Amino acid sequence: MDAACLEGVVVAYPGGRTALAGLDLTVASGKVTVLLGPNGAGKSTAVGVLAGLIRPDAGHAEVLGGSPGRLDARRRLNVMVQDDGLPTGAHPAEIVRHVARLRGAPATARPLIEMLGLDQLGRTTIRRLSGGERRRVSLACALVGEPDVVILDEPTAGLDPRGRSIVWDAIAELRDRGRSVLLCTHLLDEAEALADDIAIIAGGRTRASGSLASLLPDGTERVTFDGPLHLEVAGLVQALPEGSRVEEVSPGRYRIDGDASPQILATVASWCAQHGVQPRNLSVGAESLSDAYWRLTEEPGAQP
Amino acid sequence: MIAQAAFELRLLMRNGEQLLLTLIIPVALLLGVTLVPAMPLSAPAGAERVPEALGGVLAVAIIASAFTSLAISVGFDRRSGALLMLATTPLSRSGILGARALATMGMVAIQVVLLVITAMALGWRPGAAAIALPAFALMGTAAFAALGFALGGAVRAEATLALANAIFLALVAVGGTTFPASALPGPLAALVSLLPSSGLADLLRWSTGAAGDASLALDVAVVILWGLAGTLVASRTFRWR
Repeated sequence: MDAACLEGVVVAYPGGRTALAGLDLTVASGKVTVLLGPNGAGKSTAVGVLAGLIRPDAGHAEVLGGSPGRLDARRRLNVMVQDDGLPTGAHPAEIVRHVARLRGAPATARPLIEMLGLDQLGRTTIRRLSGGERRRVSLACALVGEPDVVILDEPTAGLDPRGRSIVWDAIAELRDRGRSVLLCTHLLDEAEALADDIAIIAGGRTRASGSLASLLPDGTERVTFDGPLHLEVAGLVQALPEGSRVEEVSPGRYRIDGDASPQILATVASWCAQHGVQPRNLSVGAESLSDAYWRLTEEPGAQP
Repeated sequence: MIAQAAFELRLLMRNGEQLLLTLIIPVALLLGVTLVPAMPLSAPAGAERVPEALGGVLAVAIIASAFTSLAISVGFDRRSGALLMLATTPLSRSGILGARALATMGMVAIQVVLLVITAMALGWRPGAAAIALPAFALMGTAAFAALGFALGGAVRAEATLALANAIFLALVAVGGTTFPASALPGPLAALVSLLPSSGLADLLRWSTGAAGDASLALDVAVVILWGLAGTLVASRTFRWR
């Protein structure tokens, strides 16, 4: 059984903006599902629907075999939302202990307070914490109790490298213990490091979903390189074999369409040499997650 | 819900601005009203005036906690997402609001005790009518909490802050609290006596043993009707974000 799923979910906000336009999303049981998408794609709205905070205008939403937001779902599903909603006058460890008590599992607070180093923050109130410290408190609140499903909305936004590594470890540990995780992020390396499944959404719709490998469809090898933004590549196209195309697939990243061959690699290198362009990461390979992300989120209609 | 209420009361007791509003201002007001001769009360300044002053100031304290402080905290907790964060826990939505109301009642209990102690230090001795004081205080708290939820649950946080404080000041000054509505000029007196602040203060003044013009049935009706109106508005317009 899936831990949670959305089928054709539509959410319209007052004023006519459609946040979700028929979104499909599956959080498989015992796996880490990463939700990727540009700002405004509808990630946080999807989280709100699964947490039972936003009622869909159409479509079907299910959490642990029932409707989101019911008592059993609230007991077994923990959410870390972006606006953390922590009481600003409270102390870090005190809030974590309180949320653990609300979740009926007071004993789960202590290990998390220690793991996330919250006791070092002592009696500093939430409003005096740095953004990263505050994220750690919010994460601890999302992990207390023994949740079956954990939803984390950009848990590493604004964290330093050490903070990110702590969060990644916590997510890996959840998976090792058989929990289901939905992770919203903008960071493609985070997705590659943690995801069992990936869903890419844009404009309130699912653009692609499945395992990492399945999102990189054909496996055809192509020549790519990184260079200055918005190169004038008409000359390069002329130097290449008839019918070749050069595309800036993401800002400063160029891909030569057509079969990769040593000749094409050599042509690109010599054209770059003539034009004083350093072809960083000039390589032959299949599409990366980053390429897929840019392709899938820039299709017509992907932007709201 | 009780755990949440206790947690919120603990945070309230730590918040300096809230304590200024809910404890320090009422105690200062009680001293001021009792001791400053120019206040338009029926008894002369001093010990004789304490029953009248205490009744009015208790009403001010209840309005400060149940209306102003509650509306502001609800307004800001809506904006910060604190109410939504709680809504993702096993605490139900009615439990979230119930806990807030319960914490408010706890705060009012502390205010009543503090003000009664201050009044006794000024020479007040409770009479038989004081038995009704807790019931009137509870009724007033419920009615003003309903109005507080109605305001804080519908209006933007900054607007709630401004309105809740402005209404509080108006009710302290001319809402029939600090001094009875009957001290106001003719038509204004009749109008103000229909406000929940005046109704509650009249009831409390009666329970503290002040000689007054309290018509208990009318005052009870005024407070209950405002409470019902607040409940109705809040149940229709309350937004969680």
